[in-house]
Amino acid sequence: MLDSIFRPFHPADAERSDRSASDRSRHRAKVRESIRENIADIIAEESIIGQNRDRIIKVPIRGIREYRFVYGDNTPGAAQGAGDSQQGQVLGRTRGQPAPGEDKAGDRPGTDYYETDVTLEELIDIMFEDLELPDLERKALRQVDAFRISKRKGYRAVGIRVRLDKKRTARERARRMVATRKHREELGIERPRFPFHDDDLVYRHMVSDTRNESNAVVLCLMDTSGSMDTMKKYLARSFFFLLYQFICTKYQNVEIAFIAHHTEAREVTEEEFFHKGESGGTFISSAYLKALEIVQARYHPSLWNIYAFHCSDGDNFDSDIPAALRAAQELCAVCNLFGYGEIKPLGSRYYESSMLQVFRRLEADNFQTVLIERKEDIWPSFKAFLGRDRAVQAVQGREA
Amino acid sequence: MTGYTLADLEAWDARIRERVEAFGLDCYPQEFEICDHAQMLGYMAYSGMPSHYPHWSYGKAYEKLKTLYDHGVTGLPYEMVINSNPALAYLMRDNSLCLQILTIAHVYGHNDFFKNNFTFRSTRPEFTIGTFKAHADRVRRYIDTPGIGLERVESILDAAHALSLQCRRNLAIRKLSPAEERERLIEASVRPPDPFRTIHRRAENPEPDLQRTPLVPDEDLLLFIRDHNPVLRDWEKDLLTIVHEEAQYFIPQIETKIMNEGWASFWHKRILDSLDLPQAIHLEFLVRHNQVVRPIPGQVNPYHLGLKVWEHIEQVGNDPTPEERERLPPGCTGRELLFETRAADRDASFLRRWLDGPLMRELDLLRYEARGEDLVVTEVSDEAGWRAVKQTLIASVGMGSVPVIRVIDADFSGNRTLRLEHVHDGRDLHLESAERTLGYVRRLWGRDVVLDTVLGGKRTTLTFGERGFAAKAAP
Repeated sequence: MLDSIFRPFHPADAERSDRSASDRSRHRAKVRESIRENIADIIAEESIIGQNRDRIIKVPIRGIREYRFVYGDNTPGAAQGAGDSQQGQVLGRTRGQPAPGEDKAGDRPGTDYYETDVTLEELIDIMFEDLELPDLERKALRQVDAFRISKRKGYRAVGIRVRLDKKRTARERARRMVATRKHREELGIERPRFPFHDDDLVYRHMVSDTRNESNAVVLCLMDTSGSMDTMKKYLARSFFFLLYQFICTKYQNVEIAFIAHHTEAREVTEEEFFHKGESGGTFISSAYLKALEIVQARYHPSLWNIYAFHCSDGDNFDSDIPAALRAAQELCAVCNLFGYGEIKPLGSRYYESSMLQVFRRLEADNFQTVLIERKEDIWPSFKAFLGRDRAVQAVQGREA
Repeated sequence: MTGYTLADLEAWDARIRERVEAFGLDCYPQEFEICDHAQMLGYMAYSGMPSHYPHWSYGKAYEKLKTLYDHGVTGLPYEMVINSNPALAYLMRDNSLCLQILTIAHVYGHNDFFKNNFTFRSTRPEFTIGTFKAHADRVRRYIDTPGIGLERVESILDAAHALSLQCRRNLAIRKLSPAEERERLIEASVRPPDPFRTIHRRAENPEPDLQRTPLVPDEDLLLFIRDHNPVLRDWEKDLLTIVHEEAQYFIPQIETKIMNEGWASFWHKRILDSLDLPQAIHLEFLVRHNQVVRPIPGQVNPYHLGLKVWEHIEQVGNDPTPEERERLPPGCTGRELLFETRAADRDASFLRRWLDGPLMRELDLLRYEARGEDLVVTEVSDEAGWRAVKQTLIASVGMGSVPVIRVIDADFSGNRTLRLEHVHDGRDLHLESAERTLGYVRRLWGRDVVLDTVLGGKRTTLTFGERGFAAKAAP
């Protein structure tokens, strides 16, 4: 006699039975690992620069495909037709869509690459994991205690007059009136008035709310003189983008300011910064002085972590060099990190003039110059730049 | 569960079991478990096993299934059955009553097939659940052992998974022991006595090479590596054994996909037709049944193909043409023929025996090949072409879709290089996959690996050594 048993559904079992959780997270970790291996290529891709953080990016990944011995392209397949198949008909395509026929091991060649979706946010996380910087402790960062006393927290029977809650007070009075009506009728008290009593008064209660905030500002300085072409600006932009995203992962409150300069410097919007070209010569010192001015006015170094980076093609009037050095020195004193990036795409004509030589004379441990010749240089030079961060140096110093 | 209770299911199940026995199906005891869609996804990722060793590839499988399911690309199966004794089946709680009845009947079809088909003899169904549990416990223990750890276990499992299907296909044929192989070689080398010895020149007796390892080409790659790589640790050998045993358990299912699905569909149709279903359920049943067994142009739907062939077999048995009668045992009925075939065939032989020209024309089976970016129909099942189409189909079913790779020398060129050969049947290897997989072979073997194959009509040797991969065509 054939036997059978039915086991009913238990929701509790279902909740407990997320058995694949650890294997999924392991798979996810491998995906991240694979992305990290190719991160330099992905960053060199134009498309991610300046994008919204929620954007989803398709990233090709290698190394987590499962390989077996399988047959190649010259393998005929068998399939069913729609009923009137003729020789020579096209049944489908080898790539792009799943090949017809039985997809046994899920491994038919044709889908050679494996893509995964990551958000830009995730990608940035992975990027900065790759930096292998020591975990910046919050303590190492300059923090500001921001007080806000406006936080409401419930009601009290005592308080100052301005915080009197009139609606609730009136309601209390009405409640008291209803509650005492029977009593008043019994006693035969007939009073035309029913005034507010001290017990009716309700005050809004406020607590002072202390929150630690860490502030940072990124000062983007760029030469917009005639010699800066689109390619140079693109390289500069990639660098600023990375810097900004990185600062965002480390501080709660990040602001950004754009300073464009030729012979004089102006604070501009992002749009103008990257898209408006100007002509004429270059006074680098003008930009540094402008930056100092902005810092003075809005970002006091005791409250803000200041990151400044200057991109130029190294063209400067000789007469400006002493002034530029002086200003740079001052800027180093107020900044966490100050960098100078010289952008010289290979084959560009301006090899003779370079500020890199000049800045060698600058004595500051938080100053870094980098030379960017092509897209692939961005990531290594960015890493080199961050190594100079005072906060990082402080942490490293303590560890040593 | 919507609109019915467990008691309803049990009542229907009792009626179905009556029919199952009346039809002469022979099943293991059956256990049904009601599950929700998340659990079903989990079971699917782990091949249905209640416990299974951990590996990231199952996480990947789960994510893939879930993505496809969440985006509505694929639905979930109505059921899943495990070849074990008692047989274990999962029913989705969201299924309608009609679907549950259909599914229960379908499950008994699989159950009967598991119990009676010869390919499943070697799977030891009484121990299935326990074996998988034991494997899982062992793998977890290795992961937790301080000297081993996840990374090293994963490294071995990754490589072993790549080779798991490189093994003997017909498990009903006993593998000879090395001593028996030796004896056979010696026997084969002795010439039969020559009656004209006096006038013939004395024949040379070629001496068999008995020093060679393996004596005859060996298809069980994982086992060969396990037994002949002296530097493997015990836990590494155990992992190879685990992966090998698991593949052995699943090979019968790969080998009988079309028969098995066709058989279960054939019987769920019979059973439900005989149940006297209420009209509403019966109509829904017809719709669902046709969804499951419909032909899918551009593919081979195993439910459809299998069902058609089983129906053909029954018809041949009941009403054979004169030439068919000659091939059948005398007095054989359709029913007997069905049960005989269900026990003795696998997909390849099943199709070879029973798929004939007219049936292939009816199914519009065709052969396609890649021409540049397109897949082009190169042969259809007309009078001239059906044999070619049939050959292609048979070569692509079951383990036919896995290239045959054999070990021919464990000490090639005297430095323990492993020499493999691909038994080429006209289909070339996919080069990138071969490269990566050879890398895995090397990881397990610990020395260089050489694979002889044919690429684009030229004998080619693929090597994977210290300096990586190289492909060299023979001059």
